[in-house]
Order: sequence, then structure tokens, then C-alpha cells
Amino acid sequence: MAKRIDVSGLSAYYGSHKAIDDISMTIEPRTVTAFIGPSGCGKSTFLRTLNRMHEVTPGGRVEGKVLLDDEDLYGAGVDPVSVRREVGMVFQRPNPFPTMSIFDNVAAGLRLNGNYRKNELNDIVEKSLKGANLWNEVKDRLNKPGSGLSGGQQQRLCIARAIAVEPKVLLMDEPCSALDPISTLAIEDLIGELKERFTIVIVTHNMQQAARVSDRTAFFNLAAVGQPGKLIEIDDTERIFSNPSVQATEDYISGRFG
Amino acid sequence: MDISTHTPTAPPPSPRPGQAENRTVRGATRPGDRIFLGLSRGSGIALLLIMASIAVFLTYRAFKVLPEDTGNFFTTFEWNTNVTPPDFGIAVLVFGTVVSSIIAMALAVPVAVGIALFLTHYAPRRLSGPIAYVIDLLAAVPSIVYGLWGALILVPNLDGLYGWLDDYLGWTGIFDWQGGAPRSLLTVGILLAIMILPIITNVSREVFRQVPRMHEEAALALGATRWEVVRMSVLPFGRSGVISASMLGLGRALGETIAVATVLSPTFEIKASLLDPGGGTFAQNIASKFGEATEQGRDALIASGLVLFVITLLVNGAARLIIARRAEYSGANA
Repeated sequence: MAKRIDVSGLSAYYGSHKAIDDISMTIEPRTVTAFIGPSGCGKSTFLRTLNRMHEVTPGGRVEGKVLLDDEDLYGAGVDPVSVRREVGMVFQRPNPFPTMSIFDNVAAGLRLNGNYRKNELNDIVEKSLKGANLWNEVKDRLNKPGSGLSGGQQQRLCIARAIAVEPKVLLMDEPCSALDPISTLAIEDLIGELKERFTIVIVTHNMQQAARVSDRTAFFNLAAVGQPGKLIEIDDTERIFSNPSVQATEDYISGRFG
Repeated sequence: MDISTHTPTAPPPSPRPGQAENRTVRGATRPGDRIFLGLSRGSGIALLLIMASIAVFLTYRAFKVLPEDTGNFFTTFEWNTNVTPPDFGIAVLVFGTVVSSIIAMALAVPVAVGIALFLTHYAPRRLSGPIAYVIDLLAAVPSIVYGLWGALILVPNLDGLYGWLDDYLGWTGIFDWQGGAPRSLLTVGILLAIMILPIITNVSREVFRQVPRMHEEAALALGATRWEVVRMSVLPFGRSGVISASMLGLGRALGETIAVATVLSPTFEIKASLLDPGGGTFAQNIASKFGEATEQGRDALIASGLVLFVITLLVNGAARLIIARRAEYSGANA
């Protein structure tokens, strides 16, 4: 089930530009870890190194180690495709497959992984949609296109799609930034439920959100534009928001930043 | 949280009837808008007028000669139009045109989609530019050059392929080869496939390039391989575009004249085997017969042109239906 992430000495590049510098941290299983920090500090880039999505960008490459329990994601001979089957991801803008029905969207990852019998597939789709708190809203229109749902529903559909393949870790890249407050609340409640089963890492610009949903918070910063982003500190969320050990964190959280 | 305080207490005054129309008209009275409106509306109307006048011309000339036809216009395998009374029918032309176009599409569309996918999703960037340029060049070659190449290079070198088809598929009858010169509908189809390849490739490439990054990342994040990304995100998104591209190619294949006339050895018969020389297409038949045709003969050729016009309309209509039926699922409403 949920696994521990152990990052050591990780740097990521876009071509010759270093986007993040020498990051190390440990993320415990079945916790929610929030990444906060100003735009361009590399928190999304770092998130994308955790499922090897960073290298999909032209020129993207990574140095360092990411251990998922004991397996090095960047070890020789590790297939990025199999990494992404273990580490699921939800994006900033809801991106259900526009040509697929709601059902097919949720089943998409399963169909990649192997053959399921029809009723097995039905069960997993129902379970995943229930897990994403979407079942009651869509159970009567599973064959309608996913793109016909509201933004918040689409995002929950994407979460259902991600958890249907039972990943060990769920990465969320600003999952609520395109949503209204009510849909945001629904997603935040959902995150609270999902952490029973998954290790969750969420990037957010909303500090109240980080405080509400996460157990641990990591603050990223960059010295100047064009400089690589760095991890300033990671600690229990309560501590970060009440009594951080680094002055820059406190400045950022209290709005005295920059 | 009290949202109601944000709603304005007094609703805006409701517009009087007619006011909304006035507003749009007033918007259009600015000179820039007016010129643009005139231009775009004029272009639209001009297009309709041109289409209508072609249809009227074809229909008028066709119906001058059709009542004289002693044969059945749709089933007769003859084209004796310079005699009185004339005896002609389009069966051979319909068959030749449709069959050669189907062969061309069957060969060209998969290859074109393959090239487009390779250029957009597999090839390194420094390779995809030059290849795309070469394909653009292919589109710029005049059709008579294709015709000459077909007659002088393609036809003399097809014996091997024809023999192979005869050996392995000859039993079907469709690929039975009697050893005649390969100036058949199959050769025409192959040549047409090469001719329509660039347009289908280019349009498909444009469409595949516009697949939103987030759709591809959605598939990648689920653990899709490169091919699975193409299958889950790229092809469904590009589907209607590829259909449109194919229709552009098909339009060219249906109407291609001089290249077909150069390669085919035309006869007025329908051969069971695609490998037998003979047959004809609408455009090739018009080009071959127009010079020596009498006034009546020309009307007959124009009548066949009307049928080609209708076939083209039907094909385009069918393509639109296919696209519209799945519009709900298209990438456009994402």
C-alpha cells in the first residue's frame, strides 16, 4: 500500500538551467505533505521529479536519488512508465480525457495495466468514484463524456482515475487552483479521506489550504529570479505555521515576503 | 459566508424591446466593423453563388443531352456520344473513380497518419523540420510530373509487385494478373496515394501538434507508454482533423485528371481484377474525350461531371456526419 518517499541530493534541470538544487526530504506513508513557496521556486518541478514526469519536458533531467521504500526511482534499468503506475498524479487544471466517457476515464489506467473482466472493471470504477466522492453525482450518466461535468467534478473524476490503479503515492499539483471555494472544500475533504490509503503530496499556493489539509509542510524559496529553488525547511504543519525555525518561512507565511 | 450581500439590490433596468437589436446594429456601424462584416459576408455569399452557378451550369448542360441517351445513363458500358442518337453510361467511370480512390485512401491515410505521428511525437526536433519540408515539396509537384513519373518509372517497375500479388492473392480474383502492362486501376491508386500523401500528412501533423499538453500528461501520469499516449490522447483528439485531412486528399484523388490519364490505359469495361489494364475515371474520361467531342459529346461529358460533383458532395456530407456524431466527445469542448 502507501509507501515512504526518501529524497536525497536531488537537483533538476531544464537544459542548462538548474531549477531546483540539492533537495533532501523524507515523506512518511499515509501522511499529507504540502509544498508551499513563491512562484518559480521549483515546488512543482520537484513534485514532477517524484513520478519522473519532469523528464518528459524537453531538456528536463534530474540528478540525485528518490527512494520509494527501498527502490530508487532513478536507478539504472527503472522504467519511468512503471514508476508512474506506482505514483499517481492530479494536475492543476482538470484534464479528463475529452473523448472518453466518465466510466472510460476511470477505467483508462486499469485498461493500460491489464485485462479485467467487465464486472471487475465495474466494481473498481464504482469504488474509485465513491472514493473520490463523485459516485452519487455521476452514477446515472457513466456513459456521458467526462468533459460535460463541472470543473470541480472533473477534478474529482481525475482523482478517481488516479486512485483506480491503486498507486502507492498520489501527487497533486495545485489541484484546487482552478476551482471555486465549494469545489475546493470538497477536494480538501477528499484529501483527508484519501490519506488513510495513500501517501499524498500536494503543491498549493493557498496557505490556509496547506494548514487545513497537511500534516507536514515544506517551504521552498529561491534566492533570485533565475536562481535554482531550494528547500528552506520541512516540518510539522502546525510548527511551520506557528513557530517556524527559519525567518524566511515566517516572512512568507505572514505575508512580509519580497 | 453570506453571498447575498454581494448581489446588487436593484436589478439593472430591463432593456426595452428592440433595444438589444439596436445595440448590435450600432456596434456594426463603426467603420472597421462594417468593412469586416461586409468582407466576410460577401465572401460567404460569393462562395455560395459560385457553387450554385457550377451546379446550375452542370445540370443545365447535362439535361440537354440526357433525354437523347439511348442507353441507361447509370448502367451502360459505352461512351458513344458523337453519334446520333448517343449511347453512353457512367457505370465504368463510377467504378474506376471510386475504386482507384479507395485504393489511394487505403494506402495513403495510414502512412500519412504514421508520418504525422512520427514527426510530432517520435522524431527528434532537428529531424522533423527537414522531413516536414520535404513533404511540403511533394505537395508542390505538379500533377503532370507525377503522371510522367508514374508512366515512365512506376509502371515499368511494378511487375514484381503484381507477380507477388498474383501469387499470394490471385485466388481472390481481385488480384488476378494476366500479365498485361500494369496500367491498371491499382497502379492509378498507388500513384494517387503518393499524390495525396502530403496534404493528409500536413493537415494531420498540424492537428496532432495542437493536442493540449495536459491531455498527453494525463495519459503519461497513468503510466502510459508513448504509443499508449498516442492512442489515448493524440489520436482521439486528432480524429476529426484526420477525417477532414483525408477528405481533402480524397477530393484530390476523385478529381485527379492528368496523372490518371497518363498512367491508365482506358477502356470502357469493368474488370474483375484490379491488376488488369483498363477502366476509367470521370476526370480522366473528360480530359481524354473533350478535345474530339461534338457539342452533344461535351454535354455528355458535363453530365458525367455533374455525377462527380454529386459524389464529392456526398462524400463530404458523410465526413461531416461522422465528425458531428461524436462532437460531444471532441476535444473542442474540453
